[in-house]
Amino acid sequence: MREDYDVVIGLEVHAELNTNTKVFCSCPNHFGSDTNTNCCPVCIGLPGALPILNKRAVELTIKAGLCMGCRINDIAVFERKNYFYPDLSKAYQISQLERPICIGGGVQLDSGKFIRLNRIHLEEDAGKLIHKNASIGTLIDYNRGGVPLIEMVSEPDITSADEAVEYLNKLRNNLVYAGIAECKMEQGGMRCDVNLSVKKKGSNELGTRTEMKNLNSFRSVQRAIEYETMRQIELVEAGGVVRQETRKWDDEKGESFSMRSKESANDYRYFPDPDLLSVKIERDLVEKLKAELPKLPMERRKIYLEEYSLPEYDVDILLSQKEISDFFDEALTYYNEPKTLANWIMTEVLKYVKTEEEFKMPLKAKELTEVLKMYDQKALSQANAKSLIEKLINEGGDAKELAKKYNLINDISDDAVEEALKQIIEANPKAREDYKVNPDKISTFFVGQVMRATKGKANPDKVKELLNKYLN
Amino acid sequence: MSTIIELVNKIKSRELKSVDVVKHYIDVINDKKEYNAVIEVFDDALDIAKSIDERLDKGEELGKLAGVPIVIKDNILYKGKIAGCASKFMQDYRAEYNSTVVNKLISEGAVIIGRANMDEFAMGGSTEKSVYGPCLNALDKTRVPGGSSGGSACAVAGGMTPCALGTDTGGSIRQPSSFNGIVGIKPTYGRVSRFGIVAFASSLDQVGPITTNVADNAYMLSILAGYDENDGTSLKAEVPNYMNAINQDIKGVKIGICNQVKALMKDSKAFDEAVEWFKSQGAEIINVDIKDIELCLPVYYILAPAEASSNLGRFDGVKYTRRSKDANTLEEIYSKSRSEGFGAEVQRRIMLGNFVLSSGYYDAYYVKAKKVQQAVKKQFKEAFSKCDCIIMPTTLGEAYKIGSITNPVDMYLEDIFTIPANIAGIPSINIPYAKGPNGLPLGLQVMAKELNEMMVYRVADYFEKNHKEN
Repeated sequence: MREDYDVVIGLEVHAELNTNTKVFCSCPNHFGSDTNTNCCPVCIGLPGALPILNKRAVELTIKAGLCMGCRINDIAVFERKNYFYPDLSKAYQISQLERPICIGGGVQLDSGKFIRLNRIHLEEDAGKLIHKNASIGTLIDYNRGGVPLIEMVSEPDITSADEAVEYLNKLRNNLVYAGIAECKMEQGGMRCDVNLSVKKKGSNELGTRTEMKNLNSFRSVQRAIEYETMRQIELVEAGGVVRQETRKWDDEKGESFSMRSKESANDYRYFPDPDLLSVKIERDLVEKLKAELPKLPMERRKIYLEEYSLPEYDVDILLSQKEISDFFDEALTYYNEPKTLANWIMTEVLKYVKTEEEFKMPLKAKELTEVLKMYDQKALSQANAKSLIEKLINEGGDAKELAKKYNLINDISDDAVEEALKQIIEANPKAREDYKVNPDKISTFFVGQVMRATKGKANPDKVKELLNKYLN
Repeated sequence: MSTIIELVNKIKSRELKSVDVVKHYIDVINDKKEYNAVIEVFDDALDIAKSIDERLDKGEELGKLAGVPIVIKDNILYKGKIAGCASKFMQDYRAEYNSTVVNKLISEGAVIIGRANMDEFAMGGSTEKSVYGPCLNALDKTRVPGGSSGGSACAVAGGMTPCALGTDTGGSIRQPSSFNGIVGIKPTYGRVSRFGIVAFASSLDQVGPITTNVADNAYMLSILAGYDENDGTSLKAEVPNYMNAINQDIKGVKIGICNQVKALMKDSKAFDEAVEWFKSQGAEIINVDIKDIELCLPVYYILAPAEASSNLGRFDGVKYTRRSKDANTLEEIYSKSRSEGFGAEVQRRIMLGNFVLSSGYYDAYYVKAKKVQQAVKKQFKEAFSKCDCIIMPTTLGEAYKIGSITNPVDMYLEDIFTIPANIAGIPSINIPYAKGPNGLPLGLQVMAKELNEMMVYRVADYFEKNHKEN
């Protein structure tokens, strides 16, 4: 990045709402169904069909606004955005322009910098073109048509690719934590357009901006911003002029290319949709939705750091997925030792999470705390506690019953441990000699041998104590 | 010619068989083919009538229209049947679902016997602009039947059906009813569901019945009206039994005469006589102002094309409309299919609509028109605080000769008295009330405030039954 230029970035982020049905009809809002099966006269735009607003979609949009500190409009209006494209069945998209549901708000970055939002509005998604087979031509799948989408438009407050990615992460975390959207970028559940311009450092004169589309991962957002910044700077440095245009990012090539210039841009001829009455948003509803919101990541971070005194490293891991944080919070209600709990989750639970699948905690929070309680009561050795967690993950069920089933409960007497140790010392004269020279290393050997002889039930501290007695 | 109510009773009492009634009307349609009013007789109509007869013979109760034939306009969806909107573009389009009004008719046992000619996509006032060719006036074959529901009105006036459904965006039910000397109502906006009606201007479109008399009309609207969860603009208000408005007297009813309308009339003799007659019957005549009523016409020709330009975008040659054979690129699928598919008047209005919505012109046209609409609504509301209904002529004169109006703006000016009810969203009925210089009917509109169809029917029915002309 060149030091003598400033980059000015605004993001338009789309997220598909987590509703059961589409925004203007009762077809299922479901990804991955057979093509054109989640369709009806309304969402394929048959003549005579009329949209009926899904109230849940409005509620989730309000919730999104509340998460980002937006003002919620008393009256929201849906407008038609008119343009022709085969994936748009009615030749207009029902969207919002003059009176969106949410106004203002924003997201605070870790640096303290605040990225302002201009608005959050609700609209319908378009269908999808399929260009699989050139001999057939292009096919259209309207399953996605009419899926509720919120568009979150930022002000041009972002000044680097890193800030953009952090902002996106925070937006996404809020939406996911509040159950508003799943934001699966790989399924198109969250999409991002980047508006970017460059200007000489300190200059008040804004450069011409380009809009970049087709950014399907945080990484491509990062790369596209870096690429576009350099492209514009090099262009200006070479005496050229940045054209106002829409560019498409090609993730494989790592570069963007021009899709259309401003001159050929659509005039969308927005006007209020006469099929939909304006929506009156009652304050009571807003208050009710506010009360339903869970604790958001920022708030949880504060609690983890300040109330639980967890190190930042732990907090980052716990907050990296809503499922982990929810698991941790639930477990705390049974077992109020934040740091111990965090350690066990990080070292003994998360290693079993299959990253290639949908993120899911592998066992119930309550069962983990049962294991920890047994361990604290010395009913389990540490090794058996770990093994019990593994068995719970593989088999499910009740921690106590599984511990019994696999004979993991620490029912061995101190005498039996002492007897086992004596026999091992007898059988290993060399180790006994070595112990005098290198007690730390050899004690590990003896502890391991005792654990094996006692099927993991011996308490390693007790074994060390006994070693002291016999060998010193 | 039987009324709907007579047919309902005779079929119910088994004095008449539905199949014979349906057959009779289909015969009339076939005899009057040259009028080009009913463009298709549905081939299952007689079978449906037969099955209704069988069920009635077994003593089943089959609803308020059991066995009664009805014709629908070509822009009303009836599953499996063509809904061509009288457009070349849509000639092959078969409805994939029933409109709410068709569902209501079917559930009351009606037999939908055919579809009626119209102006393409309901844009026009003469039913000359149809892919099926022009429809003729039922009373004078050299004259237009009016439009856009000209086929529906001609069919009713010509005895081809006891009832037809029409749609009215700027007068398309009332004006053809006037030209054919029959009764047609445009209900309050939102009173009848628009679900399954091919939209022209969504904020103005209403479905309504066209009948030979007021009582039949009230009977039909009692069936068609009502809230529909599939139409977001549908009104939740209870539907009264409009038959209660029939055979009432009008003593003390305050009838409003709009000062501004009087100034627009070419010849007010017939109208003045009607006003005197109402006064003689004990009604109170009140002069009211709707200062901006003249602006309704330009407002309409901004709002309706604006909405139409968007509503008709879905007819793009991609999905169900005819695709141009010459189209090789996506751009050409749109431009060539639409240029070939839409007629000149439809294209004119699409262009007009796109113009008034385009950036830089939106505020000057669309936004301003919406403001004027609000002002007119307010003026009507004030007027209705002083009177129970307002009467005014439906048209400037009798039905005119086919082909005599060629300038689109002259054609638009014909709608001057019908458009205000659409702009204000209020109910308005046409009843025949006098004869013009050529002996052809002139129509009178009775309008009332939003949802007061009862008053409209009461005054219209009283006139029909008591005035010497009838």
